[in-house]
Amino acid sequence: MTAGPEETHGSEAPQGPAPGESSGKLPAKLGEERLEAPVVRSGMFGVSTTGDTSGYGRLRVHQAPLLDTPRPYGGYFDTIADSLGMADAIEHVVVSHGEMTLYVKRDRLLEVAAKLRDDPALRFELCTGVSGVHYPDDTERELHAVYHLASITYNRRVRLEVCTPDSDRHIPSLVSVYPACNWHERETWDFFGIVFDGHPALTRIQMPDDWKGHPQRKDYPLGGIPVEYRGATIPPPDERRHYE
Amino acid sequence: MSIPQAPPGATDADEEAAQGRVYTVSGEDWDEFVAANEAGDDFAGGEQLVLNMGPQHPSTHGVLRLILTLDGETVDEVRASIGYLHTGIEKNMEFRTWTQGVTFCTRMDYLMPFFNEATYCFGVERLLGIEDRIPERAQIIRVMLMEFNRISSHLQGIGPMGMELGATTIFLQGLRLRERILDLYELITGLRMNHAYIRPGGISQDLPPGALDKIREFLGNAPRLVRDLRALIDANPVFIGRTKGVAYLDLAGCMALGITGPMLRSTGLPWDLRKSQPYCGYETYDFDVPVTDTCDAYGRYIVRMDEIDESLKIIKQCVDRLAERGPGGPDVDPVMIRDAKIGWPAQLSLGPDGLGPSPEHIAHIMGGSMEALIHHFKIITEGFRVPAGQTYVPIESARGELGAHVVSDGGTRPFRVHFRDPSFNNLQSLAALCEGGQVADVIPAIASIDPVMGGVDR
Repeated sequence: MTAGPEETHGSEAPQGPAPGESSGKLPAKLGEERLEAPVVRSGMFGVSTTGDTSGYGRLRVHQAPLLDTPRPYGGYFDTIADSLGMADAIEHVVVSHGEMTLYVKRDRLLEVAAKLRDDPALRFELCTGVSGVHYPDDTERELHAVYHLASITYNRRVRLEVCTPDSDRHIPSLVSVYPACNWHERETWDFFGIVFDGHPALTRIQMPDDWKGHPQRKDYPLGGIPVEYRGATIPPPDERRHYE
Repeated sequence: MSIPQAPPGATDADEEAAQGRVYTVSGEDWDEFVAANEAGDDFAGGEQLVLNMGPQHPSTHGVLRLILTLDGETVDEVRASIGYLHTGIEKNMEFRTWTQGVTFCTRMDYLMPFFNEATYCFGVERLLGIEDRIPERAQIIRVMLMEFNRISSHLQGIGPMGMELGATTIFLQGLRLRERILDLYELITGLRMNHAYIRPGGISQDLPPGALDKIREFLGNAPRLVRDLRALIDANPVFIGRTKGVAYLDLAGCMALGITGPMLRSTGLPWDLRKSQPYCGYETYDFDVPVTDTCDAYGRYIVRMDEIDESLKIIKQCVDRLAERGPGGPDVDPVMIRDAKIGWPAQLSLGPDGLGPSPEHIAHIMGGSMEALIHHFKIITEGFRVPAGQTYVPIESARGELGAHVVSDGGTRPFRVHFRDPSFNNLQSLAALCEGGQVADVIPAIASIDPVMGGVDR
């Protein structure tokens, strides 16, 4: 099932001002203001024509506002921000749902991660991996890599998010700082096509080595792949013969 | 057996130039292989043997493939090849409603389904902002099932470990106890695996009548069965010989490789998210975090066994609390959030055509309340919307830190769900555990990680 051109999936701020600009640092809009925001998706399953049998072809999903949390962040988040410093490496900070996200400039990622790990006041010893997210509407920042860090010394958590344009999908590899990222980065490359520069062996990990495309991207359809086994090919479920 | 084996049409020279000599050893023919090669000098000059293990090797815990480079009996290099069980669950979840996502993620790590469901539901609930409104009864039942799951998962880790080391009795004893837990799952959720029982907002239905008695009966028998199992293994000289000092990984190694769970606690660090970052009311339960400081496969076994005892303690407390609350019900003590726009109908009953909404609920929506019918229809077809944002709520699963990175765009389906599976992460340590050791120690090393390929590949 493929999404038509008008029902692209949502993103955090497709048309908002670039993060870091002061005009973008607004609190979340509420109520009617929010309803006036542009629609990012309609229909339940991303289909607006006859394909949607759910009866929810008129469902409208409004895009979410760009969040940027002003100080104070509350809890230990201010301590993290103060100890980290490096304001020029952080694009913006979001604190929501009791979790802190630091949006890091991709060319400064290694520095930030190394400081988070080594600074005696931070001590984020544990990196629990990388997760990719594809926001097709977030122009020039389509691909996000999300790292979750944990500090056992201080019992804290923080999330790093790095954005990269689809046209130049490169992010420095964190394997030199957190060896645990090795397989996680391979998985994110496999599913999203983000190239982690400096990774020791960036190869596919879940999909077969000769697979074409990166399946978790939003422009990659669900299903539609013929099954090949020992030279025989079985068509995908939606193209198989069916009986009335 | 054929020595050497060449693909049709290829000459031996082509084959050997491409990848060295290829031998096929299919089991129980090692002596023939050695006899046939004694005259040759292939292995005389310290030449390395590349051994493919899996993906259908019984002692690799599923479809894990290892490529071992051997120098005699010593392992020089281990490379793990995974992905044989990749099913695209994360992608599929993006095309279903939030509640339907539970049905998918319960199938990831199929030996600890309740943990998968729980971490996903905690993420969704945090995004919805309803964490404080989840009924207490549902939270207690969630804790109870997660602890049952910890026991059944550890038993499935320890039992096959014994079998891989050559002791079928350990396997059967372990599974005998696990079977009783699966019977309880079946009684409570209707299924032995893949339950989809924990849902955003609560759980799918209340405990059936008589469940607490069955659980009490289990709690009466379980300690004896665990004791029997420990009497069989703990001081068993063969087991100790195969596991003590094997697959060593210290705290620094664990930190660098992101290892959590029993593997981390076998280095002496009592890091348990149930204690350090409590969720689901774990701070109100009385239990200890078992640790050992041996950093080896035996230590991990001891940690798992001790955790079974602690889990039994928690389950007992859950049963006491549930007994104190008395029988539940949608109006007295619900198991699903009281919010018609989020709570999936939890009043189920077994009819001739299977499990479905109870007659009372149907009478209510069809004959009693128009709004109830609308809500029911909306929640079943469209689902609910989750405010945009992202969360990551890690929990202490049987294998370590399990977390779901849940991203919503404000719609009725997940925008992206990524599971940080502990098996996937911990399997990375295989090279650190095995390289430089004996090839026979690879087997207890894998078993001490206790990976489940359903979770690794997702």
